[in-house]
Amino acid sequence: MMAFYFSRLVEIFPFFLKGLWMTSQIAFISLATCTVLGFVLGILRSGKNKLIRWIIGVYVSFVRGTPFVVQVFIVFFILPEWGIQLKAFQAALLAMAIMGSAFICEIVAGGINAIPKGQWEAGTASGLSLVQQLRLVIVPQAMKVILPPLVGQYVLLIKDTSVVSVIGVMELTRVGWVTVVRIPEGLMVFSLVGILYFVISYPLILLSNYLERRMAV
Amino acid sequence: MLADFNFRIIFEYLPLFLEGLRSTFFISIVSIFLALITGIIACACRISPFKLLKYPAIAYIEIIRSTPLLVQIYFLYFGLPTLGVRVPEIQTGIIALMLNSGAYIAEIIRAGITSVDDGQIEAGVSSGLNYLQRMRFIILPQAIGATVPPLLGQSIVLVKDSALLSLISVMELTRVGQTMTSERFMPAEAFFTVAFFYMCIYFCLKALADWSQKKLIFREAY
Repeated sequence: MMAFYFSRLVEIFPFFLKGLWMTSQIAFISLATCTVLGFVLGILRSGKNKLIRWIIGVYVSFVRGTPFVVQVFIVFFILPEWGIQLKAFQAALLAMAIMGSAFICEIVAGGINAIPKGQWEAGTASGLSLVQQLRLVIVPQAMKVILPPLVGQYVLLIKDTSVVSVIGVMELTRVGWVTVVRIPEGLMVFSLVGILYFVISYPLILLSNYLERRMAV
Repeated sequence: MLADFNFRIIFEYLPLFLEGLRSTFFISIVSIFLALITGIIACACRISPFKLLKYPAIAYIEIIRSTPLLVQIYFLYFGLPTLGVRVPEIQTGIIALMLNSGAYIAEIIRAGITSVDDGQIEAGVSSGLNYLQRMRFIILPQAIGATVPPLLGQSIVLVKDSALLSLISVMELTRVGQTMTSERFMPAEAFFTVAFFYMCIYFCLKALADWSQKKLIFREAY
């Protein structure tokens, strides 16, 4: 029986590759958007404007305080009630962007706040504008603090893409879920799904470990 | 938008929400306790010089860390019955959370132990303390302090992760929101209430984590 199911699984393997492709697409697009948004929000959060800082703080607390699956449901079920129609794929990307940018925002703000005040003052004294100070002085130094947790966060984000399977996006976890109904070998099917996730996330874990060791020195 | 937010329906479902909250508490507390035990054992194996213990521990930690929790939950949920093991969903869920958080906790404890300065250990050696005494009097008292804030952080993660058990129909907080959505189709009321309860738990644990962090910094300065 096992052998029979195994051959069936081999038969439908292209289906899994399609799921892997979908997962990679979601992961890639959301990592890019989250990084950009996270950096913008993080820089604003470490800025001087109290109102902006407070608003971003509330947003970050909401995202960090609630499970991602609840956020996915909120985006997918509630936005249509307010007249915003989204396809499952778009809702997934939006939910990922909302969640990921909040976490990256905290990492970036932490990195920027770790830079001593003297660096800002030196920038001002050299006649650099605020944007130049950030671009030439502050962010390059903060990257040392930001990079290791950022890559770690990327791994978490890639794994979190599995949660968007709940709204029917045909990514890797959803493919496994659909397959297990036809091939009732849960261990086999989800081992395969797990291996495919391992293939994408393990290199990043190794990179994160390497960066942590390198930046610590 | 929020003008027609229906509070009455929330009050109507309040007993169910509280039941879900209780269930989430129960699952989280049991899982974090079991995960702590798993994590301590896994960490002890990970740092032990015996290869037979060390390599399985590394494999366990790395496999858990590089696959999504949802896949691990489904693996157990759909996989255990094929092995002939039939347990209720809630137990499957708790096992999944235990194994998942156990791997992260093992790494947290390991980081705590390796953070103890080498000089401290050398001082212990030159004071004539043996391995167990060094662990007992020098390494662990310092390591435990350093691990408390990240452990509280991990318990915040675990509470949020327990929401995924709703997908294998465990009746916890998120599942109550799903039930209410399917019965009345009021997703805004349902999921914002669910989010509110999670936020309450989050702020309590966060306050505790911040407090322990402050305590820790104070102690180090002292």
